[in-house]
Amino acid sequence: MENILLRDKVAELEGYFAAGGYRALKKALAMPPAAVIEEVKKSGLRGRGGAGFPAGLKWSFIPKDAPGPRYLVCNADEGEPGTFKDRELILKNPHALIEGMAIAGHAIGAASGYIYIRGEFVAETIKLEKTIAAARAKGFLGRNILGTGTDFELHVHRGAGAYICGEETALLESLEGFKGQPRLKPPFPAVKGLFASPTVINNVETLAAVPAIIERGGDWYAAIGSGKSTGTKLFCVSGPVNEPGVYELPLGVTFKELLEKSCGGLKEGKRLKAVIPGGSSTPVLTAEEAWLVKLDYESLAAAGSMLGSGAVIVIDDGQCMVKLLQVLARFYHHESCGQCTPCREGCGWLEKLLNKLESGRGTKKDIDTIVSVAENMMGRTICPLADAMAMPAISFVKKFRSEFEAHAAGHCCPPEAPVKH
Amino acid sequence: MAFVTEEFKAKAEKLCAKYPRRDAALIPLLQELQKESGYVAEEAMDELARFLGLPYSRVKAVVTFYTMFNREPAGKYHLQVCRNISCHMAGAPGLLALLREKLGIAEGETTKDGQFTLSAVECLGACGAAPVMQVNEEYFERLDEAKLDALLEDLRHGRLRARGL
Repeated sequence: MENILLRDKVAELEGYFAAGGYRALKKALAMPPAAVIEEVKKSGLRGRGGAGFPAGLKWSFIPKDAPGPRYLVCNADEGEPGTFKDRELILKNPHALIEGMAIAGHAIGAASGYIYIRGEFVAETIKLEKTIAAARAKGFLGRNILGTGTDFELHVHRGAGAYICGEETALLESLEGFKGQPRLKPPFPAVKGLFASPTVINNVETLAAVPAIIERGGDWYAAIGSGKSTGTKLFCVSGPVNEPGVYELPLGVTFKELLEKSCGGLKEGKRLKAVIPGGSSTPVLTAEEAWLVKLDYESLAAAGSMLGSGAVIVIDDGQCMVKLLQVLARFYHHESCGQCTPCREGCGWLEKLLNKLESGRGTKKDIDTIVSVAENMMGRTICPLADAMAMPAISFVKKFRSEFEAHAAGHCCPPEAPVKH
Repeated sequence: MAFVTEEFKAKAEKLCAKYPRRDAALIPLLQELQKESGYVAEEAMDELARFLGLPYSRVKAVVTFYTMFNREPAGKYHLQVCRNISCHMAGAPGLLALLREKLGIAEGETTKDGQFTLSAVECLGACGAAPVMQVNEEYFERLDEAKLDALLEDLRHGRLRARGL
């Protein structure tokens, strides 16, 4: 099927316009906000950042009679290891995001919005700023959009290096100029978000899907995909495959199809060992579990994992699962904001235990301690970062226990070979 | 005020205007300060705190929380090698070892001539092009030893080529 998001020749305004761009905004501005929300609800569009919450429902949580400003925030703090789709979308089709935001702003009654982009994405920030300037010059943003009396100002805000700011309330703290430490909920952002005002936060990919939904209708979008997982998804494939990259496919595509048809299969001589299907925080699947699994919200949940951000990390049998978990534990320990004890201490303990196993000093008891520490982190913190560490830890040990036991028995990985291509 | 100059204040007002509260511009303002001097000095934090009417502790807390703020001068070229899972599988440890050997420094150090700082960083969000390294604001992707040598040679001659090696 044709791509909705990753299209060619739409990176600049002329091309986007020629492909029918900003028609959806005109259409949406002529609709009552409630009708726009209804259309998005009908589409079944769900949050593409990881949580999969229905977008239309999220918009409808904004209190209708709340006085004062409301805000729309785009989460472009792409940092979940394995994920690199928002970057590609911003470079290839940035007007879809801008148009989607203007439509969402109208739907929730927000006159201003912010795009929070990770600090490392300098080229992408420049691209967004140019795109916004071009859209504003044509009257698609700013005051009195297309003469309809609707205002929507859009600003780009660069982060400064903190994975935790991808969590929506940490992102709001950061956007207000504080350390990115997640807030207790409730109150939820829809009631008290940015600058204590009602706020909707959506991922880049979610917002970029909105123009097509408004133009062609929620029913059209809902017919794509599989069951309650409607529409297309950007899958980011990394690891030892012939063609790693971002692929837009209907939700419900099997891992096998994604690997063989889109990515040209595994590199020569590699055998599939495991797949992390939705970014580093999601539980790992064995090759057997992954092979025919459908990549959508429900099927991956049934398989014991999650669709997450759609970051498919392919792992071959030349990789050591203990080493890979150590890499992840180092990351989560580094990125824990330090606010909640189970996360701050738990991530640190897991890293230490894995360092011990990797260096050949570990014991079988350490393997059980990894599981016990991880289980005591789950669900005991303000935000899901602790779970994001615990889920891979528990699944790696459960599914690849023999590798952990081999380390405990003194059989560690060989030293790393230098990089070769 | 050596850091918060009149010129800086003019830029700062524009940045502050993007937000309903001036202190929300704290991070963009720190980025602006770092752009000018390569790092955020203690005095700069102090001056910025006074400029925004914030306690110094708030500014320091933010600077120390976010990894992109340097608290001491970095080299002319800051080589940041991603070492997260996809880059790890694609050979990031080997890449780091090569850089340590070629530059004669460890992660977190700067060469004596002030040209290069080496850092190991977490996911840069370019996993499909692993292994990846960021040099200042540019990404260099699908690196191997030959590409690394060519890049270092370029940098030694003061050439930081645009994205996409």
